[in-house]
Amino acid sequence: MTIGLEHYLILSAILFSIGLYGALTKRNAIVILMCIEIMLNAVNIAMVAFSRFVTPTMLTGQIFAIFIMVVAAAEAAVGLAIIISIYRSRETIESTKIDLMKW
Amino acid sequence: MVVSIAFWILAIVGVAAALTVIWLRNVFRASLALILCLLTVAGIYVTLSADFLAAVQVLIYVGGISILIILAIMLTREVQRGSPANKLRIPAFIVAAIFLGVMIFTLVNTPWQVSTLPPLEPTTSALAGKLLGEGGFILAVEIAAALLLAAILGAIVLVREK
Repeated sequence: MTIGLEHYLILSAILFSIGLYGALTKRNAIVILMCIEIMLNAVNIAMVAFSRFVTPTMLTGQIFAIFIMVVAAAEAAVGLAIIISIYRSRETIESTKIDLMKW
Repeated sequence: MVVSIAFWILAIVGVAAALTVIWLRNVFRASLALILCLLTVAGIYVTLSADFLAAVQVLIYVGGISILIILAIMLTREVQRGSPANKLRIPAFIVAAIFLGVMIFTLVNTPWQVSTLPPLEPTTSALAGKLLGEGGFILAVEIAAALLLAAILGAIVLVREK
């Protein structure tokens, strides 16, 4: 059985759902960021799979994946800096206890 | 044939590692499982004949972002308390399951226009031509550089001691 576009897209959907569940349920802010990284990687798999199977000689999907990686690196750096800053001032990174802006 | 065997192994290990990230209560071990998941994604890129992206994945994610995450875990010292789920566990599971079901239904029932051309390899020089060459994505590359600079400055400002 040859591996086609659907296999990669379904793998991507499974990883995205796992990341979505984790990002919605976890209390630890660092684990939420880790689940967001899983979701971004799932999207990258879909991008590269489309690039490989739909337009094999254009590479546009791979370029999109590179830009997603750039944004993910920036997001991880700023997000972890915010988490460390919150931990310094509030001694916790539990997302249910960081409720200063909750109405 | 080799590609399909490699795909199944990588897909199963990757999904298992992603599930481990969610199941484990120990945050540090969850981060190690995340590194394994990112490595399998690099292997998936190799099976898609995206060699440059696989190298970039290993360099940026496995080498860079995972170190950042482990450093943040060490600095916040919440390893013992773990990462318990909040009250939204069942609604979140339902949302994720419905999303997965809709996605798989759509993906299986869509007639994709798959091209039969062989993939371009190696991709490095072609990617460089697309990114930096004439009529390519040079403006987006410059904006990405500015974004990375802003992110570095923002991270420094956020964690600096007052």
